[in-house]
Amino acid sequence: MAQFDLNDDSVVVIIGSGAGGGTLGNELAQKGVKVVILEAGARYEAQDFVNDEWASFSQLAWSDMRTTSGSWRVGKDFPNLPAWIVKAVGGSTTHWAGASLRFQEHEFRIRDHYGALPEANLLDWPITLADLDPYYARAESKMGVTRTNGIPGLPGNNNFRVMEAGAKKIGYKEVHTGRMAINSQPRDGRGACQQIGFCFQGCKSGAKWSTLNTEIPKGEDTGRLEVRPESHVVHVEHDDGGKVTGVVYASPDGAMHRQRARVVCVAGNSIESPRLLLNSASAKYPDGLANSSGQVGRNYMRHMTGNVYAIFEKPVHMYRGTTMAGIIRDESRHDTSRGFVGGYEMETVSLGVPFMAAFMDPGGWGRSFTSALDGYSNMAGMWLIGEDMPRETNRITLDAKAKDKLGLPVASVHFDDHPNDIAMRAHAVQQGSAVYQAVGATRLIPTPPYPSTHNMGTNRMSAKARDGVVNKFGQTHDIKNLFVSDGSQFTSGAACNPTLTIVALAIRQAESIARMMEQREI
Amino acid sequence: MREIDRRTRFSRRGFLQTSAAAPAAIAAGASISATAAWAADAKTIAPHAMATLVRAARDIYPHDHIGDAFYVRAITPWDAKAAKDETLQAMVAEGVARLDQDAKERHASPYLGVAWEADRVALLRGIEHTKFFRTLRADLVVSLYNQPEIWPKFGYEGSSAEHGGYLARGFDDIDWLPKSA
Repeated sequence: MAQFDLNDDSVVVIIGSGAGGGTLGNELAQKGVKVVILEAGARYEAQDFVNDEWASFSQLAWSDMRTTSGSWRVGKDFPNLPAWIVKAVGGSTTHWAGASLRFQEHEFRIRDHYGALPEANLLDWPITLADLDPYYARAESKMGVTRTNGIPGLPGNNNFRVMEAGAKKIGYKEVHTGRMAINSQPRDGRGACQQIGFCFQGCKSGAKWSTLNTEIPKGEDTGRLEVRPESHVVHVEHDDGGKVTGVVYASPDGAMHRQRARVVCVAGNSIESPRLLLNSASAKYPDGLANSSGQVGRNYMRHMTGNVYAIFEKPVHMYRGTTMAGIIRDESRHDTSRGFVGGYEMETVSLGVPFMAAFMDPGGWGRSFTSALDGYSNMAGMWLIGEDMPRETNRITLDAKAKDKLGLPVASVHFDDHPNDIAMRAHAVQQGSAVYQAVGATRLIPTPPYPSTHNMGTNRMSAKARDGVVNKFGQTHDIKNLFVSDGSQFTSGAACNPTLTIVALAIRQAESIARMMEQREI
Repeated sequence: MREIDRRTRFSRRGFLQTSAAAPAAIAAGASISATAAWAADAKTIAPHAMATLVRAARDIYPHDHIGDAFYVRAITPWDAKAAKDETLQAMVAEGVARLDQDAKERHASPYLGVAWEADRVALLRGIEHTKFFRTLRADLVVSLYNQPEIWPKFGYEGSSAEHGGYLARGFDDIDWLPKSA
């Protein structure tokens, strides 16, 4: 395994090892580039994961303090936990459910298709679906996505079969067990899904793709990728000319280290990435790195989300098998006759008893609450996930007061639901309820949004430097050897889960970085 | 469909943890009273306050198929926490005193003596904005429901990887859905 010197200024430093950083690191290493990935969290392998929701949360979740404001319900229910993401090698790919969907053509061009929506900051991507399609294909092959590359779909579990029966009864057509980066048959040295039911807690069988069990070991095998866990980057440094020269990171003992770099790629998820750029402010860049547009941290998106759980006369045992076991795609189209722009997906979800108690109705208590939980074994559930509108005022800033254990300002997350998000959620809850009522639901439980698992848009891609933070390759408009490599690049969020697009962008970005390095542009 | 056995089985781990703190509760079945051993043995929180906390816990998250022992187990750690935290200790004392005062005004009885759950719940509604109530509820939603021994009572099976997941144990055994056309 490679080990690079702190003073080796020929390496590419990637901050974060999730879908963006982990993929980019492997892709670059495969092309002969030397890479150091600095990961804030520790390294756990499949055998370390635990099938226990709270214990796993303690092991994997990013629980460092954050603050919140705004009208969103998450801010009230979880004021210091705006996002449910991971601090560990593999990042949130250890925790994700595996849904791997391509954006639709119009979702790259929302300003064109949705118009100038009031109180929103819509912008078209500087790339199109046609630009990304070849990279989507490579991402699907790499990740072994079911229903692509001749890979069969996963078998449907009880939770899916309830949703499927209801969906068909009310006339939905596109209902299946999803495009999932979970092996339905052995592939790429990993076995088939055992239907363990703890996808969110790290897949113990390894059937689910994560950068931890694919990209990172493959990159390490080249001898050109070094992953340093428990290395929390606090500052990106630059020279007098403005180019970045390396990063400063803290090890668990609090000691600071400086890793020099030829190129720096930020992939710390959409809350930490802008926080790092803002915390790296200097005399030359007083508003933070790559922030001449003032857009760093802005246009934070987290998807319109919500849930419908339903209780039936007879048992379902929704917790058995994959968490995201199937999907209804009929509502993902853009069709303003429903009273909103954009669309949403309906995907099964299940929680165990401990998390159902915590998330079903945060703050709730009494017989209404407990009688719903008493129906746990007869419950089916779905997650609603749709496109939310980028707004300049939904943003990550540095908290004026709260500091982390290193003394740095923590991220403060402000989010107000856009009227479009509210209209979409109401429609989605109504349709989700109809699905379950069609197969005899005796009680509906419309659960409010969980802390955000999809975090996007805070360093967005734009054709013009004044509209965003990075160009169509994820290269910052302001600093040519500084890149953004995670979902914070997203110009808009689309109706679907973001990971496949993050991976496709990372594959594409690796080509661009390797080419620019070869041509000595960076 | 494969159904699961909902009878209480104390795991060795759970039994050892609880028996150290509350032997009588497990041995004889608990009753919520200040003279119960788990209340009398509390070192920092007064026995009456311990019993009131357990009664309130049951009223906040009432599950009639779950024995008092599980509520006792959820509340027991408060005593040790209060020993290390004077603010918490004072909050509990004041919170219980307030509940008792409200109960005496409306029912001429301390909270523990109010017979009907609905009447006690009304008293809890009266304090649900207080830090005492919010802290108690937020703690309980983890300390009650994160006890593996109660999961089977909800029909939840917990950890599954060591059993090979559910691939051969009923992940798709639902048998009551209408046949799709």
